[in-house]
Amino acid sequence: MEKFIILTVVMYLLSSAAYLTYLFLQKDRLHKTGYGLFLTGFFSHSIILALALIKSGHLPAGNLSGNLLIAGWALSASFIYFQFKFKLKVMGIFAAPLAGLIMIQVSGLNWEPMPVKTIFNNFWFVLHIVTVFSGEAMFALACAAGILYLTQEHAIKTKQRGFFFNRLPSLELLDTTGYACIAAGFTLLTIGLITGLVYAKVVWGRFFGWDPKEIWSGISWILYAVLLHERLTVGWRGRKAAIWSIIGFAVLLFTFFGVNFLLEGHHGEFTRW
Amino acid sequence: MLTIVLIGLNHKTASVELRECLAFSKEEKSSALQSLPQHSSINEVVLVSTCNRVEILMTSNNPEEALKDAKSFFCRFKNLPLSQFEDSLYFHVGDEAVRHFFKVASSLDSMMVGEPQILGQIKEAYRTATDKKTTSVILNRLLHRTFSVAKRVRTETGIGDHAVSISYAAIELGRKIFGNLENKEVLLVGAGEMAELAVEHLLRNRVGCVFVSNRTFERAVKLAGRFNGKALRFDEIPSYLEKVDIVISSTGASGFIIHHQQIKKIMRPRRNRPVFFIDIAVPRDIDPEINRLNNAYVYDIDDLKEIVDENIDDRNMEALKGERIVDEAVIGFRRWYENLEVVPTIVALKNKMEAIARNELNKTASLRNFSNADCMALEKMTNAMVNKILHDPIHLLKNESNHIDNAVYLDMTRRLFNLNE
Repeated sequence: MEKFIILTVVMYLLSSAAYLTYLFLQKDRLHKTGYGLFLTGFFSHSIILALALIKSGHLPAGNLSGNLLIAGWALSASFIYFQFKFKLKVMGIFAAPLAGLIMIQVSGLNWEPMPVKTIFNNFWFVLHIVTVFSGEAMFALACAAGILYLTQEHAIKTKQRGFFFNRLPSLELLDTTGYACIAAGFTLLTIGLITGLVYAKVVWGRFFGWDPKEIWSGISWILYAVLLHERLTVGWRGRKAAIWSIIGFAVLLFTFFGVNFLLEGHHGEFTRW
Repeated sequence: MLTIVLIGLNHKTASVELRECLAFSKEEKSSALQSLPQHSSINEVVLVSTCNRVEILMTSNNPEEALKDAKSFFCRFKNLPLSQFEDSLYFHVGDEAVRHFFKVASSLDSMMVGEPQILGQIKEAYRTATDKKTTSVILNRLLHRTFSVAKRVRTETGIGDHAVSISYAAIELGRKIFGNLENKEVLLVGAGEMAELAVEHLLRNRVGCVFVSNRTFERAVKLAGRFNGKALRFDEIPSYLEKVDIVISSTGASGFIIHHQQIKKIMRPRRNRPVFFIDIAVPRDIDPEINRLNNAYVYDIDDLKEIVDENIDDRNMEALKGERIVDEAVIGFRRWYENLEVVPTIVALKNKMEAIARNELNKTASLRNFSNADCMALEKMTNAMVNKILHDPIHLLKNESNHIDNAVYLDMTRRLFNLNE
């Protein structure tokens, strides 16, 4: 297990380095190397997840390290999917370091096997975890696309074609990618929240408990819902959509970490370390 | 041994009038290729003639004679006294000729460094030369090397990367905004060479419908016909602004034609689809304030010029890298060329030895009364001796592993056996 974690971290970091040099030198070979390293890292990452699953018999979502492990995996998987679909090479400079950092966190945290709680062994729970994390990974990529969009838009608007102008893809591609990430993330988050509600009903006998995590998840969901609605009705796109997806992800990060550390609630134990 | 010789003139050495006088049309190229090799000094020949240069690439046993013949050929063919253009001509021999030709093909010697047409023109020239069968081993090899060097320079350096004309710069920006220009709708307001060129580039990028508007409707109809587009009356422009993605403006109007308020109002009905304004007019046609609206981009001629200037600087930097690639290729070609000399040297050496043997054999046979069978036996023996004697020297000359010294060995062999007569 330890070995695989180290391998994953190393692979993700090497991949980050390759993507970063790709940004500067623009050699296709570097991007391919980065992608290859990332795939290797992802493979090793998957093995960790599988080992954890076999060891405890349920998704390792009981503590912070486990949660991060799943979140990182979902991020990597989404990146690979989008890379495959949109060929947006620069996205790697966000995804690879992010996955690397998450895995460094994982390696630094307690790996004590958690006492197996029966409440983790539930169909709704597994679905809840998987969809929420995949959704969050999509939103992370949407945020990255948003940052890239703003950078490129700034270069074009101010007519100061600096370092990024030639290296970043077209505004249209960045905007479409962001939109696709948000649409996919929103769908997953919606399923995640519904299964969470159902799960709450099964375990605690009520759908909604005004738990801070539940409230903040709701707020994030509404934020993204507004963005999608406005895009479909009046065509919110480009700059506005990019800023919105960055704000949305900030709120999401707060929901993921902030709520657990700053506020109390029944999700609290998931970030215990 | 054949030497590579090049004679020519280009935009740096000759005025445009002179270049026009000395340029070869398609038919002239063919007839020139037929008459040039008739000079005994000229062995192989390739003729490149574009609007910026005329180059004659030849191989010759006698470079000086070949240059003289080529010059007098120019005089006769073009009916010009030599004094009128002699100062504009340049000559290169051997490695320098190879280097020059590589540079020309890689567009390092072009007026606009990195322009891609020259390679095609050289390919065309080579095709004509092979049709007329005026090339052989050396120029065939040189031309193929040239094509691969030019390709390497293009892919490994950025000399062809960025637009160096206003209209191309505009297209490049359009690609950064829209990604793909396919099916984007274009509105051309006014007319003008640069604007029309931009529309042509856009059409090559397979844009959708082109709308053309002009103060005089007839003019619009005429232009629209050329672009396969649709003519609009001048007062129809506002209603089409909602629809089109790229607006190119180039009118002689003294004030703005498209205003900030106008575009602000239409962004919502456009559902914020991006719109790109290219303002080529002086004074400007499009309110620069529009650039501050979300999803609307305005570039005027000064902005585009600035991009072009930056790109030209970039290209000149990249050209240095290109020269290094050319230098490498010249060395590679020289190595091949020197190895090529091995074969004629060996052949000459063998011929000389065999001639001596045959001579001596005949001398001896005329003194004595040998039978036929004896003669054949003696001939066999002398041949075997020649082969055995030459075996080691030939082996040494053919051995490519010491090619650095090969030129020395070849030179020595030629001198030892006096093969240079």
